[in-house]
Amino acid sequence: MTTTSLNHSGTGRTLRRERRDWRGWAFVAPFMIVFLAMIIAPVLYALWLSLFRDQLIGGNAFVGLENYADALKDSKFWESLWRVTLFLVVQVPIMLALALVAALALDSARLNGKSFFRIAIFLPYAVPGVVAALIWGFMYGDQFGLTASINDLLGSHIVKPFSSSWILPSIGNIVTWEFMGYNMLIFYAALKVIPTELYEAAEIDGAGQLRIIASIKIPALRGALVITTIFSIIGSFQLFNEPNLLKSLAPNVITSYFTPNMYAYNLSFAGQQFNYAATIAIVMGVITAVIAYIVQSRGSRTEDF
Amino acid sequence: MTTLTRSAAPVVVKPGATKRSRRPRRRRSVVLMIMMIVFTVYSVFPLLWLIINATKSQASLFSSFGLWFGDGFDLFSNIAQTFSYDNGIFLHWFGNTLLYVVFGAGGATLLATVAGYGLAKYRFPGRRAVFAVVLGAVAIPGTALAVPTFLMFSSIGLTNTPWAVILPSLISPFGLYLIWVFATDAVPSELLEAARMDGASEFRTFFTISLRLLGPGIVTVLLLTIVATWNNYFLPLIMLSDPTWYPLTVGLGQWSAQASGVGAQPIFNLVITGSLMTIVPIVIAFLFLQRYWQSGLAAGSVKQ
Amino acid sequence: MKRSTRPAVRRLVTALAAGAMIGATLVGCSSGGGTTSGSDAKTGMAAVDAALKKGGTITYWTWTPAAKAQVAAFEKKYPKVHVKLVNAGTNTTEYTKLQNAIKAGSGAPDVAQIEYGVIPQFALAKSLVDLKTFGFDSLKKDYASGPWGDVTVDGGLWGLPQDSGPMAMFYNKTVFDTYGITVPKTWDEYVAAAKKLHAANPNAYITSDTGDPGQTTSMIWQAGGTPFSVKGTDITINLQDSGTKKYTEMWNPLVEGKLVAPIPGWSDDWYKALGNGTIATLLTGAWMPGVLESSVKDASGDWRVAPMPTYDGTPVNAENGGSSEAVIKQSKNQALAAGFLRWLNDSKQSVSIFVEAGGGFPSTTEALNSSEFLDAAPEYFGGQKINQVLVEGAKNVLPGFSLLPYQLYANSIFGDTVGKSYAANSDLNAGLKSWQKQLVDYGNQQGFTVTGK
Repeated sequence: MTTTSLNHSGTGRTLRRERRDWRGWAFVAPFMIVFLAMIIAPVLYALWLSLFRDQLIGGNAFVGLENYADALKDSKFWESLWRVTLFLVVQVPIMLALALVAALALDSARLNGKSFFRIAIFLPYAVPGVVAALIWGFMYGDQFGLTASINDLLGSHIVKPFSSSWILPSIGNIVTWEFMGYNMLIFYAALKVIPTELYEAAEIDGAGQLRIIASIKIPALRGALVITTIFSIIGSFQLFNEPNLLKSLAPNVITSYFTPNMYAYNLSFAGQQFNYAATIAIVMGVITAVIAYIVQSRGSRTEDF
Repeated sequence: MTTLTRSAAPVVVKPGATKRSRRPRRRRSVVLMIMMIVFTVYSVFPLLWLIINATKSQASLFSSFGLWFGDGFDLFSNIAQTFSYDNGIFLHWFGNTLLYVVFGAGGATLLATVAGYGLAKYRFPGRRAVFAVVLGAVAIPGTALAVPTFLMFSSIGLTNTPWAVILPSLISPFGLYLIWVFATDAVPSELLEAARMDGASEFRTFFTISLRLLGPGIVTVLLLTIVATWNNYFLPLIMLSDPTWYPLTVGLGQWSAQASGVGAQPIFNLVITGSLMTIVPIVIAFLFLQRYWQSGLAAGSVKQ
Repeated sequence: MKRSTRPAVRRLVTALAAGAMIGATLVGCSSGGGTTSGSDAKTGMAAVDAALKKGGTITYWTWTPAAKAQVAAFEKKYPKVHVKLVNAGTNTTEYTKLQNAIKAGSGAPDVAQIEYGVIPQFALAKSLVDLKTFGFDSLKKDYASGPWGDVTVDGGLWGLPQDSGPMAMFYNKTVFDTYGITVPKTWDEYVAAAKKLHAANPNAYITSDTGDPGQTTSMIWQAGGTPFSVKGTDITINLQDSGTKKYTEMWNPLVEGKLVAPIPGWSDDWYKALGNGTIATLLTGAWMPGVLESSVKDASGDWRVAPMPTYDGTPVNAENGGSSEAVIKQSKNQALAAGFLRWLNDSKQSVSIFVEAGGGFPSTTEALNSSEFLDAAPEYFGGQKINQVLVEGAKNVLPGFSLLPYQLYANSIFGDTVGKSYAANSDLNAGLKSWQKQLVDYGNQQGFTVTGK
């Protein structure tokens, strides 16, 4: 993200020559004050909490970095991190690929009823995550839910959305359903601003549609791809609502440490281990920030060529 | 890159104005059509399920096939029940959600707009740091910040008040980013210079000139923050103990949870109907404003 | 209306005053540390009565459906007291909020509903008021021994029982008749019935079980197990004691043989399964009839109640579920809170409102022994006098069972450990052992002295 700001200081060269002025702060200050109070202060407080251990018996004690050492050795934490990584590696590409295909189709001149498709596919984004999990939870019911009907049709009990091998795809499906349309719109919006001259030139050169997609459209989408990827990564690492709400339907498959966020939540609210939960949150935040930064800088680097 | 950014501004104001007309008409593709129909069915199917099942009574929900209508058509009685259950608590939740949306999303949009504009149009010391810090903070899981935030709010007596929901939702980092990118091109610096020459103050310039140019960007951010606050679940769940302050999402969660344990009162039919009614207003908002937010999104996505 | 209630109030007040005297003396003898509340330095029941007379506002957290009517009746009786009724969520949701508020030092209610299994946790954290300070230990005679034992932890009295959950076997008679199954009296017969039923109809199961900590611990209790023994902060955990093993030996074949329906309790699938004969029995607390009647209407006339099956013919029972209300230490008006609580769970008026609203199975001896209650023959249960079976079951509850002072945590990791056995349809002992290990580790981390056997 920092690279982004570099780009911008490039475009504002005329302004830079002016003397340094503080007027901008008048505009930024309100946001920053709320930001400091609502985000930075809790983060600092979490950092502070992570240095202590408060026991149910025996009270509070300063433990230095012990919580961090524990986190690094904590197999539950790593298992949850591994699970969301797996989720990320599979679900995000599928979702973004589907969104991309849909966006390219929308951008194609060979499709009718675009505005209908656009809004229909986007609709799930307007559905609150809680409601989405409720709806899919009802439909996933493999005794009498929709899944049961599908199994009846297939003649055997094949589809088991709440079994241990199905649960990640089941959750992935909900997340894909929720955000595919949103990502599609970002891609579509980016496609719409490609200057028509580029297509015309390509067509004069005799390029086919696929070639235009590969050499004009996809490269033009790089920025959109980077930003959707980053937000999807952050979303995956923070996965919480969907598994947490489905837990009552799949109690043995969705563990209390199914995702890092669920782990932190259960540590603080079921186990009263607020300090350790804060530690897990900070470690996750650092990991997420590092990965997001890598994706961003790689995405931008290729852009320079 | 430069060509792209330059073209962003005009397109933003008039989305796709000239592009289509200049392209030659092509024959329609059946493959594309089928593909998009598949996508649409996937997206709409669960909503269809929701609508169908909102027409069933609690008893009929338990006894009928999920994808088709039950014995009776109880949609209206379900809606009436949803509104009247527990002395009309659902309407109360609806009002709360509106309150949180108006102040939370409204405030977030205002703060993001003003700040994003400031970042785009002024070079001031610490400008880059602001952005780095804001985006770095996005990576920290909000769920885990809940406890520190709760303890802080509690010590100043803000828990179980609307402030506990509104204040944290005033921050929209993505909104800030979007406005910043948008303002860089949509508000020409020359125009600002001219206004300054005329002796207009910075804020006057902002309100009279810049705000109008930022229109589509603001609408986009507004819609994103509306969705975010409308869908907000976790934070109010932690912060609020009194159902009279619940937003719809937390209320529906509570309705769904009361199906368990001693004295269980499952009201799955009201959960389903309530869900449907939670979605409807926001879908309408999207349909009405779609012209604006789609062009607003464009700016945010091209620039990187 | 007003005229008719007046004398009743006066009678009650006199009765309460008499009780208060006894209570006050008791406090004087036993603890001596009576909370002095308000300006008038009365102690025990007298302080409670004074507080009720003086009036004020208190907050009450509960999720019982009867609460609204109870509070209305209370406010009518004590017009100076205003009770702010809040449904802060069902069980765990409420506890989370309660713990948060306690940790934050403000925002907790004066009175809160707390299930028996969680009482030790809040009691040990010193979050609750010991009601002995108000002389409430004199109310012991009003309650069945089971629920009274549940609110008495470590010598303190931490709440008053609201409802209780002596276990019973609810069975679908129509299903039993269809497949020629007789009502099992022993667990051997129960397992045999499970096999017979599922063989006759692969879509029918004797019961459903996807692993639930409350259910499992109750079943261990019924088998005579005492896996958790707690003395202050010294805890011994033995999830392989003879009772536990007796239970797993009996139950394992059902899990391993896939003879129990894999339907999570309280889901919409589960309600459907109760209504359409998929699930033939329920081994659960005596509060279940209310749920069946109001929410499984399809099966009206099908269900009956029988005592829990036994291992060797001797009737033994355990409890499952049930709640108490407790006064939270954060309360600024503990005496008034206690006064409300006493009326709420110890007055005939309130208890009958509770029972009528289908809130659960009562815990006061008066309610349990009233002929109206015992002779009730609901049509839903084919005219069976179910309460007689349930009340009889309450007499056989084994004493001496306790849960952990960190039961909320224990419940939260049940799925991680024992749940794995369920998910794999394999030996429950493996899961129980790993549950034990994590519970020992956690307890020691939290400053308890925990030994695992």
